Amino acid sequence: MSETPDTAPVKTIKTPMRLEYQYTAGIATTRFLRGIAQGKILGQRCPSCAKVYVPPRGSCPRCAVATEQEVECSDKGTVTTFAIVRVPSENLDVPLPFACVHILLDGTDVPFFSVVQECPLEEVRIGMRVQAVWVPKAELGPTLQSIKWFRPTGEPDVPFDQLQEHL
Amino acid sequence: MTQTAPTEDVLSAPHVLEYPYRRSVGPVLSRFFTALRERRILGVRTRAGRVLCPPAEADPATGAAVTDEYVEVGPGGAIETWTWVARPRTKQPLARPFAYALIRLDGADTALLHAVDAGDPACLRTGVRVRPRWRAETVGEIGDIECFELES
Repeated sequence: MSETPDTAPVKTIKTPMRLEYQYTAGIATTRFLRGIAQGKILGQRCPSCAKVYVPPRGSCPRCAVATEQEVECSDKGTVTTFAIVRVPSENLDVPLPFACVHILLDGTDVPFFSVVQECPLEEVRIGMRVQAVWVPKAELGPTLQSIKWFRPTGEPDVPFDQLQEHL
Repeated sequence: MTQTAPTEDVLSAPHVLEYPYRRSVGPVLSRFFTALRERRILGVRTRAGRVLCPPAEADPATGAAVTDEYVEVGPGGAIETWTWVARPRTKQPLARPFAYALIRLDGADTALLHAVDAGDPACLRTGVRVRPRWRAETVGEIGDIECFELES
């Protein structure tokens, strides 16, 4: 370590962990990613409980049945929870601090993970209305990086009791 | 392997999950890593008189805090047990097949986990003598010992 003189006691060590996978999305998530490449968010509705899952995994974990009905979801939603990231990491190229959020897209039943930008961090809150900011059309691809982040819409907050089930 | 053929092309892509942690080592392991940088291997003596290498803050047998007596051990030692890695992965200590072994260094009562560049798994058995192969440049981490190699 170049910044430490050779005589100073060793106080820290690097303990990196790295797992290299080949990830196969499966049929449902492949359809979702192909939708993202067209600027659309596609979920699936459970035929038994009618919950809408996004990203879809092809089945409902509560009812244990296949979900086949495709639903185009809004790219607007409500923040259900958030965390402000202030700790740097060597493999993170987003400027700190930033807000990680769970967003319940309108008409869906499970929150979706993303980042909120274009808003002071102290204003990020549960119930805040947000909308996806997409990359330019020509740059859309089958990856969640096609959504740059979410930004506030300025609509009134959703009351907490309407979100309670979705935390 | 029986698999149902997918009804449409599914997407597949490389996915890397990486945690580039840097952790603080505490006072006891600080002594150990600092000594490694000087190509020395330290154990610590417990109140019961045993030597732990790698050193720990407490005696695993009793839970009592260790003494502040540090003992230079090794550099040679004997393999207690091992497992053969026939197809090393990219981040493993050696690019060719090797053994992960528990090595009891001379003067220590516990074993240190490290890679052994044995060449052939047939060379390995409990009690086989090994010695460290140090890197040309040491920085104060376990990788300062590139691996252990067979004595003789």
